[in-house]
Amino acid sequence: MTTITYREAVRSGLREALKRDPRVFLMGEDVGKYGGTYACSKGLLDEFGPERIRDTPLSESTFVGAGIGAALGGMRPIVEVMTVNFSLLALDQILNNAATLRHMSGGQFNVPLVVRMATGAGRQVAAQHSHSLEGWYAHIPGITVLTPATVTDAQGMLLAALQEPDPVFIFEHAYLYSMEGELEGSRPAVDISRAAVRRPGNDLSLITFGGSLWKALAAATQLAQEGIEAEVLDLRVLRPLDTGTILTSVRKTHRAVVIDEAWRTGSFAAEIAAQIMEGAFYDLDAPVARVCSEEVPIPYPKHLEEAALPQPDKIVKAVRRLLG
Amino acid sequence: MNTPLSKDDTRRQVLRILGEIAPEADTTSLRPDVSFRDQLDLDSMDFLNFVVALHKEFHIEIPEADYPKYMTLNGCLTQLSAARS
Amino acid sequence: MAEFLMPTLGADMTDGTLVQWKKKEGDRIAKGETIAEVDTEKAAIDVESHTTGIIERLITRPGDKVPVGTVMAIIREEGGPTTSVASPRAVATPPSPPPPSPRTERAAVAPSQVGRLRISPAAKKLAAERGIEASTLQGTGPEGAITLDDIDRATTATTDIAKPVGTADRQARMRQTIAAAMARSKREIPHYYLSTTIDMGRAITWLKDSNEQRPVTERLLYGVLLIKAVALALRRVPELNALWKDGEAHRSERIHIGTAISLRQGGLVAPALHDADRLSLSELMQNFQDLVKRARAGSLRSSELSDPTITVTSLGEQGVETVFGVIYPPQVALVGFGKVVERPWVADGLVVPRPVLMASLSADHRVTDGHRGGLFLAEIDRLLQEPQSL
Repeated sequence: MTTITYREAVRSGLREALKRDPRVFLMGEDVGKYGGTYACSKGLLDEFGPERIRDTPLSESTFVGAGIGAALGGMRPIVEVMTVNFSLLALDQILNNAATLRHMSGGQFNVPLVVRMATGAGRQVAAQHSHSLEGWYAHIPGITVLTPATVTDAQGMLLAALQEPDPVFIFEHAYLYSMEGELEGSRPAVDISRAAVRRPGNDLSLITFGGSLWKALAAATQLAQEGIEAEVLDLRVLRPLDTGTILTSVRKTHRAVVIDEAWRTGSFAAEIAAQIMEGAFYDLDAPVARVCSEEVPIPYPKHLEEAALPQPDKIVKAVRRLLG
Repeated sequence: MNTPLSKDDTRRQVLRILGEIAPEADTTSLRPDVSFRDQLDLDSMDFLNFVVALHKEFHIEIPEADYPKYMTLNGCLTQLSAARS
Repeated sequence: MAEFLMPTLGADMTDGTLVQWKKKEGDRIAKGETIAEVDTEKAAIDVESHTTGIIERLITRPGDKVPVGTVMAIIREEGGPTTSVASPRAVATPPSPPPPSPRTERAAVAPSQVGRLRISPAAKKLAAERGIEASTLQGTGPEGAITLDDIDRATTATTDIAKPVGTADRQARMRQTIAAAMARSKREIPHYYLSTTIDMGRAITWLKDSNEQRPVTERLLYGVLLIKAVALALRRVPELNALWKDGEAHRSERIHIGTAISLRQGGLVAPALHDADRLSLSELMQNFQDLVKRARAGSLRSSELSDPTITVTSLGEQGVETVFGVIYPPQVALVGFGKVVERPWVADGLVVPRPVLMASLSADHRVTDGHRGGLFLAEIDRLLQEPQSL
């Protein structure tokens, strides 16, 4: 097994994609000369040239729209948006064009577009760069929403996304880029339909995705010392959601805590809780609990930022409350 | 009417009816001249059911005034043969 | 959506064993139709449905012993909505309590002591499956909710799983049940006793004449006259036709006479002759005959065991002249009749032989006093002097 950083995993996925398919190209702000805001595309300009690694103006609506056009024209564009906060500028292109064209053309046009963007907090970059809005995207039918949390997924999901005929949005948690992990095997692409059990357990289910996976795993380790065996579920794919794996886990453990870095109200965690209620109500031995971010713009000071986000100790506390 | 039954057949039928009313009783050891009530712990409801069953089985009218004549096995057999001749 | 519960088929019945379902899921059932056969300490009873509809779900499995009040099946009432497959018991289950939030934590909201039972959906389901009466448990879950663990503990505490009941076993258990009911009666009910001697001359003559007119299949027993007289007398003294519940007597609108029937193998049952005051003597006789037959065949219906509002016991056939019975709780009165015997009787200044009968009343002094009880016996006497009007 190879130990690499999440950043390197993304880069290796990009390189592999560019090598495999001449229709694939990368565009976005600072992806070329600068090597990417998070250095994911460092060296790719030299390797693949300016035709395939394209710097764009600071206009999300324009270059996401251009990506949609290229996809319609037969290319396989990978568009990098610096953070999910800025993707709001491209929301019109995403929702009104990318997600709807197949439907509105009666199936004549599909948009094989891949959009990557950073999401999440924890790096002291304040409220305009730190929010977690992937749950909003998961609301939109017609697109796939991926949240790679491991290096294997960071690399493999990109390759799998390029096989999809419709738009795929990949949310890379910014805090994870420097995280090291072991690349499992040398699979070129990974499954993007199923959630994964990252740690098995019988006492309760910690259900999460993206950057919060590692906090949930840390909480599970701590709980294990108290004799509580938590099962940790990595959703991986927010849309279409793998409800089956969630329900299977909850039916086994009878309790669930959902961890989501978004704000609690109207969060994707609320959707998970509703799915559990609909599908496993009679298996529940306690109300479904949620650990989400405080309902404030993510603060800049380190201690306040930490206080605002889900943390392992908050998860542990929620679990104890659930166990009575 | 019907082919006349032998006395043995009649006896067998009466015992069968009794057996249905008092399933736990041993009717084979029944003493023919002692009243059913005393031997089989029949109450008035049981006895009424017995009389009704005789009526249905042998197609005879049994006025209430004649009930005492049907209280023993021998009494029954006498009454039944008289009624049928 | 209606729940079919393990019924109470007697004062001291705490649980019953499902012998078999008489219907399948999806079958139609009419009110009054038999839905299940239930084994109690006394007998295997055909239990009737109180609802007309479609059997949505059979919860209890044959062989399972469950406490009285346990939901055994769900019946979708005629015209009612179908529940989804995912939540077949949506109607019968409490809503999940709100998720704990930092705010509720700070407010330290005490769990509500009134209203619905605080129990998790999974625990409720398991309790139903295992026949555990969850309302008696102490919850250890979030905010005191009853959880799967609590049900597990309760299960291990009561793993006296039902065994199939044999005849000898049933007799022993019937004895226990009678013992429990009678002990409770004598412990809780302050009995008072009254008796009177009734001239049965007119009644017996009338009955003889009447039976002469009747074919053998329609003849009456004098016991039916007694039951009818009791039923009609209760209209005059309705406070004796009542059930004692929650510290007070609840009068019953309808008069269902529990008729003590001794079983051939020993023991007794006192199933109801429903609406005895409204039936003609012929109807009453027919129902009585049917009841005795089924009591002895062990095929009584649940309503017959649970409905009596008063009991009549008659030991005259055994040659007993007087009987002072023990009230069957939660009833508040019991009428006893002895044997009809020829006794010297003074009528119009002359001593004459007359067939007489001793009638007694055992009544609950919490509900009635001797004066009303006396009126009641006098009314029975009066009615029996006018047998043609019964």
